[in-house]
Amino acid sequence: MNPLDRYEPLVDDPAAFRAACSRPLPTTVRVNTVKAGVDRVCRALAEEGVAHERVGWAGDLLRLPDSSPGDSWAFAHGWLHGQEEVSALPARALDPAPGERVWAACAAPGSKATHAAALMDDRGVVVANDSSLGRLSALRHNAERLGVTATTVTRADARSYSLAPFEFEAFDRALVDVPCSCEGTVRKNPDVVDEWTMDHVESLAELQTDVLRRAVQATRAGGTVVYSTCTFAPEENEAVLDGVLAAEDCHVVEWTPPEGLETSPGVTEWAGDEYDPQVGRATRVYPHQNDTGGFFCARLEAGG
Amino acid sequence: MSDDGPVENVGDRFDRLPATPDERRVAGRVARSAVVDYLDERFGIAPETFADHTFWEKGAGKIWVVYGDYPSPVEVEGLGMTCLRTRQEFWKPTTDFVQRFGSRATRNVVVLGDDAAARFMTGDEQAVAWDGDWGYLVGARETAGAPAPLGVGLYTYGTLRSMVPKGRRR
Repeated sequence: MNPLDRYEPLVDDPAAFRAACSRPLPTTVRVNTVKAGVDRVCRALAEEGVAHERVGWAGDLLRLPDSSPGDSWAFAHGWLHGQEEVSALPARALDPAPGERVWAACAAPGSKATHAAALMDDRGVVVANDSSLGRLSALRHNAERLGVTATTVTRADARSYSLAPFEFEAFDRALVDVPCSCEGTVRKNPDVVDEWTMDHVESLAELQTDVLRRAVQATRAGGTVVYSTCTFAPEENEAVLDGVLAAEDCHVVEWTPPEGLETSPGVTEWAGDEYDPQVGRATRVYPHQNDTGGFFCARLEAGG
Repeated sequence: MSDDGPVENVGDRFDRLPATPDERRVAGRVARSAVVDYLDERFGIAPETFADHTFWEKGAGKIWVVYGDYPSPVEVEGLGMTCLRTRQEFWKPTTDFVQRFGSRATRNVVVLGDDAAARFMTGDEQAVAWDGDWGYLVGARETAGAPAPLGVGLYTYGTLRSMVPKGRRR
C-alpha cells in the first residue's frame, strides 16, 4: 500500500497532491546571515552568474533554478546552506530573540538549529542535541562551517534530557523537530513510501510524544515550544499533540504562518478518533500548495 | 602535586581559558588575553569583537570560541566553534573562524583574484605578490564590493600554501 493514499481525503486537490509528490524538489538554499546579509549574497551570486530567486514568504531563502547549492563561490564562503524551503518554517515559528536560551531536542544535522541561531543574530544559547554520534558529527560540521558561535552541542536521549551541564534551569524556547516517517520528503527520497509501515508510525509516535513532553517540561512557563515533522500522518502530528496536551501543562497557540505560504489547518478527526480542538491551530503544508516538501508545525506555550 | 601547582590539560573536556597568564593553572594553556591580543596584533580584529564570547580549550592546544559563558569544565560535545590552534610556535586560526570573523581583519589579508582563489580552494600552493609579513594570512576573494574571507594560507618565500582542510576543498 502507498501511504500517500491515506491522505487524499485530507487534501483539497488529491490529483495535484499526488502529481507534486512525484516531481523532484526545486533546489533551495538558506542564506547564512551569521556571515553575510541577503542583499550582499544576492549581489555576489549575480556577479558570478548564478541564477537565484528570493522565496516570497522567507527573506533568507533563495531558489536556485539552474545549479546545485555547492556550485557557487557564495557556498565556498560559507554564505549558503542547502535547505529545503519548508524546513525553514519551524525556526520562524519558534521566533527566537537574541540572548535567549533555546533547546533543539533532535537537532542533527543542524539546519533548523543553525537557522534559529541565525535568527538570534548568533547571540544567545542554542543547545543542539542529538542522541546519535554519527548524526552529531554532521551537526558539528554544519555548525562550524556556518560559523555559529551560539551553538552548544550535546549528545543525550531527548526523552530524559538533563540540564545538568548548564547553569540555568529552563529554556525560553524549544524546537522539537522529531524523527518521523518522513513521507513529506518523498520528492527527495521516493523510497520512504516503500519502507512505510504502520508499526513504525506507532513506535515513532511514542518517541515523539515523550520528546515533546520533555520539551514542555524543560521550557519556562510562558515559553514557546515548536513541534514539527515532515510527515502527513495525523498519528505522528495532531495525535501526538493531543496526547501531550492531556499530559502536560501547555496549550497550542494561534500562529499565523508567514504571508505568501499556503497552508492548511491541523486535522481534528482521523480514523475514528477525535482530537483536542486546539490541534486545529497547527499548520500543515502539502507539496502542491507551494511546490515544496510536506510539513507539519505547531506552536505551543508551556505552563499556564 | 600540591593544590596550588600546575595541573595537566585534560584533553577530552572543555575548560575555560584563564583571563590572564597570571591566572593560569594548567601547564601550557594560553590565556584569553593572549588569544584576543594575538587576533588584534596579527589581523587587526578588534578585541571588542569578542566582548560577549568566552574561549575554551579542548584537545591539546585547540581553542574554541562560544557566545556567552558556561560553568567550567563543561561536559558537552561541542561549544561554539574551533578558532585557533595553540601549543605550537606559530598559532594557526581555523578556516571556519577566518570565514566567520576574518571580514573584520584589517591586516595580513591577501586578496586573491578568482583564478588564484580557485587554486587556493584546491589546497595547493602558489606564488603570490605579497610584501607583508610571513606566516599565516587570511586568504580572501573580492566579491560584492568587499573582500570575503575563504580560509588561511601560510606565506613563506613568495609562496602561499593553502591550509583549507580536505573537507572544504573544491
